[in-house]
Amino acid sequence: MAGSYDRALTVFSPDGKLFQIDYAYEAVKKGAATVGVKGSRCIVLGVERKAVAKLQDPRTIRKVVKVDEKITLAFAGLTADARVLVQRARVEAQSYRLTMEDEPSVEVMARYLARLLQRYTQRGGVRPFGVSAMLAGFDAVTAEPKVYQIDPSGTYFSWKANAIGGRNAKTMREFLEKHWTPTLDDDDAVDLCVKTLLEVVDSGAKNMEVVLLKIDPDTKLQTEETLSDDKLDAIIANIEAEANEQPAEAKDMAD
Amino acid sequence: MTDCTFGFVGQKHKFVVVAADRSAARSIVVFKQDEDKVLELDASKLLGSAGSAPDGVAFTEFIQKNVALYEIDNGTRLDTFATANFIRNELAQALRRGPYQTNLLLGGLDRESPLYADDEASLYYIDYLASSNKVNFGCHGYASNFILSIFDKEWHPDLTVDQAKDLVQKCIDELQKRFLINLPAFTVKVLDKDGIRNLPLAANE
Repeated sequence: MAGSYDRALTVFSPDGKLFQIDYAYEAVKKGAATVGVKGSRCIVLGVERKAVAKLQDPRTIRKVVKVDEKITLAFAGLTADARVLVQRARVEAQSYRLTMEDEPSVEVMARYLARLLQRYTQRGGVRPFGVSAMLAGFDAVTAEPKVYQIDPSGTYFSWKANAIGGRNAKTMREFLEKHWTPTLDDDDAVDLCVKTLLEVVDSGAKNMEVVLLKIDPDTKLQTEETLSDDKLDAIIANIEAEANEQPAEAKDMAD
Repeated sequence: MTDCTFGFVGQKHKFVVVAADRSAARSIVVFKQDEDKVLELDASKLLGSAGSAPDGVAFTEFIQKNVALYEIDNGTRLDTFATANFIRNELAQALRRGPYQTNLLLGGLDRESPLYADDEASLYYIDYLASSNKVNFGCHGYASNFILSIFDKEWHPDLTVDQAKDLVQKCIDELQKRFLINLPAFTVKVLDKDGIRNLPLAANE
């Protein structure tokens, strides 16, 4: 029943909706699946790598990017919009460092992006960003992992584990809800991320990119590792082997 | 008011030294004697500033953040030449608007790469009117009246880091003997393939 209320961003529909923002969410859904999982001392970001043309080099498409020394961003939605957002975030991070003489926290960055995205929902002549972003980083003091999601409407939330974009974000989120626990170690977190992606993505390392962000709670040293194809393939093979071993026990698993 | 910045390259041994005094003073009062005026732009660049203190700090920190932004955006560091040109350009644009009254010495080390046949250490002399020149040694401020002649005599391309230490000590001794303004301590940083470190001198304690 959008009728004539969905043309302009600055027009509410009679039942209080801003259709352009809803449609922006649709653009996000069309994007590649992106999963973020908090472990007890790590964060795993996994993105679907959609099939590219034969002659295209898949490695030139980077979907997990650094916004600041210690803040990483993954996104789902319109890639060009994401590029603009990432650039704004990077400049803001340096600007924050210049004025505060301190590094921005993940929440500060999330709030900035949220404010920015909201601005694009309340001005004439612009359209909202068709991007949902997932920001990942660790608390500077407690070393606690932090994952924030920012939506085209300009809202932001902290998540323990979440999935956006892709064929069926709902399925992925339900899978996460079923299997996430607060005490995942690095390997378990990677496993869960890959399993979640496998719900909607074809099997194989070439169809996904998985980045493991780790922190040592004592030294506060952070590392970022993009899992190599070999490693990923091994993990996927493991998962599939496990799945094959357990069809008989599947009935016991249902609880 | 930074009175003195100086620096030189070790061409053969691939290092750069950038030094500056440590006094922060105004009129007849000294605020502190441990101000660090040699900013580390990134792990392979040093920027010493002389002249107006607030402009020096604001400008050099601005450059530092832009250099960091470049690295995050492009996944690779700016080389020294590009950085010098960026700095000079920023000074030039501000010159006829609201000039920064700061003189700079940019020392950098570029590692061997497709662009550089071998590691290269370089020093750029950038003054407040936005001129930029690649030099073997340079100094800003009143110090140049005393130190340039020492460099002319003692600098040669094959200096080692130990010899550099002696050369710096000579410069500091001369300043402390003959320069009107008391400069009891100096920041002396050396940049080579092992990174940036303070050069231990008597004057630094």
